[in-house]
Amino acid sequence: MEIKAGESYGFFTDTSVCIGCKACEVACKEWNQLEGNEPAFLADSFDNTGQLDAQNWRHVKFYDKVPDRPATTGNGTAFLMMSDVCKHCQHASCMEVCPTNAIIRTEFNTVFIQQDVCNGCRNCVAACPYSVIGINQKTGTAHKCTLCYDRLQGGLEPACAKACPTQSIQFGPLAQLQQTADARLEALHSQGATQAQLYGRDDKVYGGLNAFFLLMDKPEAYGLPNAENAVLPSRNNIGGYVGAVITAVVGVVAGLVAFRRRGMA
Amino acid sequence: MFLAAEHFVRAPDWEWFILGYFFLAGLSGGSYVIATLLRLSGDPRDEPAARTAFYASFVLILLCPVLLTADLGAGWWKFWHMLVNVTPGNAGLNFKYWSPMSVGVWLLLVFSIFAGLSALGAWLADRRGREGPPLFGPLSVAFNLVGALAGLFLASYTGVLLSVSNQPVWSDTWTLGGLFLASGLSGAAALIALLTRYRREAVYSLLRLRMADGYFSLLELILVIAFFVTVVNAGTGARTIATAPLWALALVGLAASLVGLRAEGRRMRPSGGGGGGAAVASVGANAVLVSVLVLIGVLALRAAVIFSGQ
Repeated sequence: MEIKAGESYGFFTDTSVCIGCKACEVACKEWNQLEGNEPAFLADSFDNTGQLDAQNWRHVKFYDKVPDRPATTGNGTAFLMMSDVCKHCQHASCMEVCPTNAIIRTEFNTVFIQQDVCNGCRNCVAACPYSVIGINQKTGTAHKCTLCYDRLQGGLEPACAKACPTQSIQFGPLAQLQQTADARLEALHSQGATQAQLYGRDDKVYGGLNAFFLLMDKPEAYGLPNAENAVLPSRNNIGGYVGAVITAVVGVVAGLVAFRRRGMA
Repeated sequence: MFLAAEHFVRAPDWEWFILGYFFLAGLSGGSYVIATLLRLSGDPRDEPAARTAFYASFVLILLCPVLLTADLGAGWWKFWHMLVNVTPGNAGLNFKYWSPMSVGVWLLLVFSIFAGLSALGAWLADRRGREGPPLFGPLSVAFNLVGALAGLFLASYTGVLLSVSNQPVWSDTWTLGGLFLASGLSGAAALIALLTRYRREAVYSLLRLRMADGYFSLLELILVIAFFVTVVNAGTGARTIATAPLWALALVGLAASLVGLRAEGRRMRPSGGGGGGAAVASVGANAVLVSVLVLIGVLALRAAVIFSGQ
């Protein structure tokens, strides 16, 4: 595949074929020289990674949903796995609030944090609705998946997609990935897996996600805000400032009333 | 409707430095506003208290950048990246009107200039033994009015900054900007009331500072109620339970101020029992306790909000 600047690239992660092998996590760490966190017993299924953060730019989530009754063939609801990653949102919350403009959109239409520009204010951490960004304890700056920006510049696909043995993670031009996803969804629906749905395929979630997903349950089950809740931080600007302005007016009037009172000398 | 209970975010770990900054920025902005309002009262006898407030505003604002830069993960020397874009090929100033942090950094800079010049003006006037109105008359007041606008913003934007995120509690309410402002004004009035102990001629303004504090606290109480209504409505009210002791401290400060307002209201009535030197002495004794409680409450309120959201 030829990777060209000026075209939109992304990931299509098909959770229905994820086997939870974590090859993506290992490949990501190897290529990006991430040391990883200290191993910890999380007592959380097969998940010993825990979360996306400065050391984990891919994280295979495990959701045990073993039903009381025997699962019917192929419904895929007994055990959900999902290789999570930065969504590279079209309308990115992190990018919106970043005061240093350290977070930029690259020539591949991905979201990238410039390490030499970031000053570690952590506003992006508070804004990211997917809990993707973490602070690197050594550099003090914000880190997340770069969609292997350096590999793309060299004409290589991202390490995680390259390593995925089941093609759960697919990399490519966004338009092509969307077609693939549509076809896969149709196939699953025709097989009776009607709960399958695409997340971030269209512009309902943050204007569309460059890293979008095929899910086998509702987004909330995977720890993803649904379309109704996928809203930008700036939604609160007007309410916050209007509240402050009204308070300012009332406060100034109250102050004037108090200070203009006489009665003692 | 935004279902705020569905937050899947990570806390930014804004803790003690940010708490300190929010506290001092609120007091500094509030002090400047009160100094300006005292000048607008038109009574030259309020000038000593106004000057005291300008000094307080300036000293407090000097500490703010120290706390802000100390909180930066990448080191204090990168603070200027907030102001100047250092992205290669994109040189220029950084200003995003939709990002309160970006706007706030610029306003902090602008307000510092106003606070510095106003404190300098107050110092020059004190040095010359001038007792009356400000050095340059109406021009000074006009200058102070613009500075007071910046002060109002400085005392409030920190709340808006928290709201403009995706954090639980913070992003579930529109009240934080107003709440921090009302609390900052109240704290500033309490602080200046406290400082009048060290400037005898400023005692003239003491009773009315206590009254202003009471009014600001009343406004704050309304906003605290609105805060809880909005947060509970959004489904994240339970997150405030862990910070209940801090909320209790904030309410103690509010109560102290409101009790003071009632007492001062009686004293200010021409037919009231108090007045003159006796009133001042009585108020002076209570003012320390009330002011300290109010200031603790202002700090506790910010801590309660900050730690409820993360």
